[in-house]
Amino acid sequence: MPGLIGKKIGMTSIFNASGKNVPCTIIEAGPCVVTQVKTLEKDGYECIQLGFGEKGEKRTSKPMLGHFKKAGVTPRRRLTEFFNFGRELKLGDEVKVEEIFNEGDYVFVVGKSKGKGFQGVVKRHGFGGVGQATHGQHNRLRAPGSVGAASFPARVFKGMRMAGQTGALQVTIENLEVLKVIPEQGLLVVKGAIPGHKGATVVIRK
Amino acid sequence: MDKLKEIAQYLVELKEWPAFKAGDTVTVSYKIKEGNKERIQQFQGVVIQRRGAGATETFTVRKMSGSVGVERIFPIASPFIENIAVNKHGKVRRARIFYLRGLTGKAARISEKKYFRPQA
Repeated sequence: MPGLIGKKIGMTSIFNASGKNVPCTIIEAGPCVVTQVKTLEKDGYECIQLGFGEKGEKRTSKPMLGHFKKAGVTPRRRLTEFFNFGRELKLGDEVKVEEIFNEGDYVFVVGKSKGKGFQGVVKRHGFGGVGQATHGQHNRLRAPGSVGAASFPARVFKGMRMAGQTGALQVTIENLEVLKVIPEQGLLVVKGAIPGHKGATVVIRK
Repeated sequence: MDKLKEIAQYLVELKEWPAFKAGDTVTVSYKIKEGNKERIQQFQGVVIQRRGAGATETFTVRKMSGSVGVERIFPIASPFIENIAVNKHGKVRRARIFYLRGLTGKAARISEKKYFRPQA
């Protein structure tokens, strides 16, 4: 599936053709460069590796510098492989938004969600908490309650929902409508929200 | 943030309206679609708040319909707004005059500003 790497700029709302106010996210998508073309004979599978975002030469490790040198491009911040890209691309080729996406397309957006830190079960799993502050409740308003039965099974089942790290993990939002493509500024406007904070790197797949 | 604002302006066409703020009485001419027909409805009342900025700014207009208060929120960039006419500049001390909701009759009057200076 063809795709691009981009940067989340933020959310706003626009009016569509029928005048409805729709929430949307603006993504600075591409331009990306082809940093590697993997082939079945050489690598065992076929894919195209794209690079996005500038990176200082001093901040790039020597092996990676060699990798970019081979493609004839400056060092890039983020590399991602795309399978079945559907078009012939050579090393060092530039890929732009308007070449991949059209208005009305449906895209998948993959990114890292905002980190919330170590959270309790109310925020993390949507538990109801104890609904009452009186009648003997003291300090257990947001407690998870019982996590199991008694001497049988005498253990807590695997996968029991408990407190822990929330957010900051990879999230894919499926089937977001492309509302607008602005080639001059390399922008993509999709309907709805996408994972991550402003300035977060996201992968957009068709 | 600045980049977002810049792009949002590019995406949404902002029309020029006369300056108005909370306390002002305005008449909003609003296009309404009924099947294939389009007609214009007017909504006259007191602006009780302006919220947000740029392309996503909205304002709330409150009017009394009989003895029932009716409030309507309009996005300022809405393509359905045909016209906004300012009827009266009211003299109020705050930007959000929600206290008006608790007042009726004579108490809900807002005195008119004698010397109105539009902000540059």
